[in-house]
Parts: sequence; C-alpha cells; structure tokens
Amino acid sequence: MSRRLLFGTPLRDWTRTVIGCVIVAIILFPLYWMTNVSLQPRAALLATELRFLPIPPLTENYVRVFGEQAGSIGTSLFIATTTAIVCLLIAAPAAYALVVFRLRWLTLFVLLLLIVQMIPHVVVANALYAIYARAGLLNTHLGLILADASMGVPFAILILRAFIVSLPRSLIEAALVDGATHWGAFTRIILPLSRNGLITSGLFCFLFAWSDFLFALTMGTQGKIVPITLGIYKYIGNENTSWNSIMAAAVLASIPPIVLLLAGQRYITAGLVGGAVKE
Amino acid sequence: MAPAVIFMVVLFAYPLFYNIWMSVTDFRVATFLTGVAPFVGLENYIDLLRNRTFYGALGLTAVFTALSIAGQMTIGMLLALFFWRSFPLNSTMRALLLAPWLLPLVVSSSVWQWMFAQDYGVINYLLLKLGLIDHKIPWLVDPTNALVAVILTNIWIGIPFSLAVFHSGLQALPRELLEAAELDGAGPVQRFFRIILPLLRPLTAIVFVLSVTYTVKVFDLIYVLTGGGPADATQTLAIFSFKLSFKLFDFGHGAAVGNVLVVISLVFAFFYIRSFRRQLESDPT
Repeated sequence: MSRRLLFGTPLRDWTRTVIGCVIVAIILFPLYWMTNVSLQPRAALLATELRFLPIPPLTENYVRVFGEQAGSIGTSLFIATTTAIVCLLIAAPAAYALVVFRLRWLTLFVLLLLIVQMIPHVVVANALYAIYARAGLLNTHLGLILADASMGVPFAILILRAFIVSLPRSLIEAALVDGATHWGAFTRIILPLSRNGLITSGLFCFLFAWSDFLFALTMGTQGKIVPITLGIYKYIGNENTSWNSIMAAAVLASIPPIVLLLAGQRYITAGLVGGAVKE
Repeated sequence: MAPAVIFMVVLFAYPLFYNIWMSVTDFRVATFLTGVAPFVGLENYIDLLRNRTFYGALGLTAVFTALSIAGQMTIGMLLALFFWRSFPLNSTMRALLLAPWLLPLVVSSSVWQWMFAQDYGVINYLLLKLGLIDHKIPWLVDPTNALVAVILTNIWIGIPFSLAVFHSGLQALPRELLEAAELDGAGPVQRFFRIILPLLRPLTAIVFVLSVTYTVKVFDLIYVLTGGGPADATQTLAIFSFKLSFKLFDFGHGAAVGNVLVVISLVFAFFYIRSFRRQLESDPT
C-alpha cells in the first residue's frame, strides 16, 4: 500500500478523521438542534419546512429567558458550588484516613461507598422528604445542598482515595517521623499533591448538583427554591412558553457542563473511568 | 473520617432504614400532621403483589434496562474500536462525545421531547424527507412508540460512558498480541471476538453492572419526556414509586416499591463488589 502523507499524517488516518467528524455530527445533532431552535422566532417552529440554520440569529429568546430564569441560574450556581465545597470538605479527610489507617472495617467502608452509589435517588428522596419534613429542612438551601452532596460524597471519597493511594507512602511516614500530626501531614503534604484528584472530584460534585432535578422537585414543595433544571421543567409545563424559550433555557443550563468539559477534559475522563474502574 | 461516617449515616443509612420502616407502615399525608403511621407489617408489599400496575412497571423496567444497555454497550464498543487507532483530532472528538453524558438529564430530555414532537419535530421531518416513513409518527403519544423514544434517548445519554471506559480498556491491551494475531492472518472480526472481547471481559462485566444499576433508577429522563405515560406505557419502578409517594401521597407503598428497586440494584451490585473485592484484597495498599 502506498503511504501518501498529508501534513506528515497518512491519508488513511485523515479518512478516519472525516468519518469521525460525521459520527460526532450525528451524535451531537440534538445539541445543535437545541441551539438552532433557541435562535429562531416562534413562527419558524410551526412552519411546514423546518429551518436548519438560525439565520439571522435571534437573541430575543435569550433576553426573555435570562430575564425569567436569571434567579434560577443563580440558585443553581450557588447550590452546586456549595455542594462541591461541602463534598470536598467531607471527602478529602475521609479519603486520607482510608489510605493511612489500615483497618479491616475500612475496607468494608469502601465497599459500602460503592454500593451506596447504586441506591436509586427516588428511594433516598422518599425517606429524606419525610425526615426533612420533621427536621424543618424542606424548602431550605441547606436541605437541598445536603441531599445533593449525598450523591457526590461517596464518589469523591473513592476518587480521592485512588489518588492518595498512588502517592508514595514514604511521604506521609517521613512527615509523621518528623513530628507532624496526621492533620499536618494531610493538610501540608497530601492535599497539595492531590490537586488533580480534588479538581476531578470537585468538578463531578458540582455537575451532580447542577444536574439535580429530583431532589429540587421533591424537597421544594413551596416553589421557593427553583434551580434551573426545575425552571426548565416548569417552562415545559407552561402552555405560554414557546419551545424557543425552553431551548434557550436548556442552552443556558448546558453552558457550565460544556465549559467544564472543554476546560477540564482530562479530569472529566479521569473521573468517568476512575469511578468505574479502580485507578 | 468521622465527618464522613456521620454524613453517610445521616444521609444514607438513616434514610434507607427509614424507608424500610415507612414501607411497613401506612404512611400518608396525615402522618406529617399527627406523627402517627400505623404499623401494617408486610401489607404494602402484599398489595404490590396483587397490583397489576406493579407488574407492569417491573416488566417495563426490565425491557427499558435491557434494551438501553444493549444499545449503549454495542454502540459504545463500536465507537471505542473506531477511536482506538490514533488519528488527527481523535482526542478532541472523544471529548466532544462526552457531552451527552454531562448535560443535566432535564436538558437532554427537553431537547429530545421537542425533536420527537409529532407535527413539528425534526425526527419526523427528516424521516419523511428521507422517505423512510409516509406519515408522521406519534412518538410520545402512542404507548409503544413512547417506550421506544425513551429507550433511544437513554441510549444516547449512555453511549459516552461505555465509549470512555471501553476506550481506556482498549488502550491497556497488549499491542504485540494483536499484531501477532494479525500477522497470523486473523481478520478484524476474528481478532475482536477471539482476542479483544475475551481480554475485555472483566471490564465489560463492570460496565454492564454499573449500567444496570444506573438504568434501573433512571427518573429525570422519563419523567420529563413522558411523565410515565401515555397510559403508564413508560412507567418504570422509579416513576411508579415517585407517583405513589409524591402524587398520591401514599408514602408507605412508594417506599415499598423503592425497596424493590434497591433489592434489584443490590443483586447486581453484589456481582460488581465481588470482582472489586478481589482487586481490593490483592492490592497491597
């Protein structure tokens, strides 16, 4: 076979690039369609011929949606950020302890973390609703943050544990010999070295909370705390809201995940694969 | 460590046990006012066994899970094989393909809902243009079609996970072995079934179990796309449990259905843990 090169790459590889582009285009078509519809006027939606290009692009939907949903986006940002912080505060020391203290029941704890991730959220919501009703945590930010954190903490502990295990043990031992406490070794040596693990798990905790719909739906009985996911759902149920606006809201809700994906691809892949397979 | 244990106990152990308690009581709206939930023993569970809706939801959960996973794993594996060889823009494309998995399910579901719309949806529009159908399909209105629509959407969401995990698995395979097989005249299909698949078996098992436990609990997607309808055609156990508790305020039965779901997840989790435990115990740390 002749090896013809283009920019130093065999032509055959460029063929794969072209096929790859087609695959990506097909799979990401729904995202394109969401953006396309969000930039069109209402009349274009109900025409017999659909428009595949939003020309000229219309920003009106975004202006309207931003006016109506800015509060929801703020709520989501606040809850997701706080949840990520809470998750890391709980998970990081726990992960350190799991690595340093080799106790039999800690292995059991790791197994429990794995199982806990498989528990359907509907089940947790069912019981939490009843518990929250008594504790006065329904319709509170704290309640929603704790519920969201319940999804992130087990995941974050497992990811961070895998990271800390991969660090040389001698680092911790040397620090302890030099008279440092476990807390000192953890905050001064392990934490700075676990930067990637912290970013990965923090990112996922943020995304879990950003995506949450079920807890917001069940814990927010008075409609006072409306994250963007719930805002979109209410839009769909509202006859007066056009699909252009719904799609514009959907685009706005997609921005943080997409930005995080583009900015931190390797952390995302690490978390995705690391959550399933050890290390 | 202590905060984590307390957190897990408060937010997992307590709810789980509370749920079990709720499932053996007649827990209703009045319970919140009076604090009284009469103990009814296994009555809630027995009611389920007599309830045709419950069997319907159980069957639908099985169909939804089986078809979703078959689709996700097959497409995920095919894509992983395609992206195995390095070529320009390979990693950028794989990054982009993660998007469906990262978006909030409410976002994905709302997009698909509009794409599936009978009169103005782009799916019917394209199918008509391509001459594949001669009339517009009532996707979300017809019971069978609605189930198909929900499964298709869930496959779309799950592809990135299989793709990413299978891709990382393929990267770890010994190249020499495959090259040797190629030199010996093994074709691509033969190499896949005789070498790649057997080597990836442990990983495939993990993807399978994780996908099952993830799929049986899917809620947002179905709730937004069809609300469990039409005529309960897409009402899986998760939706059924939610409706009992939060629409009919019959928390006792809702908890009972939820616990059935937990048991199903635990059965599959057991297989996962068994393989994970072996890993954990052979691990010196």
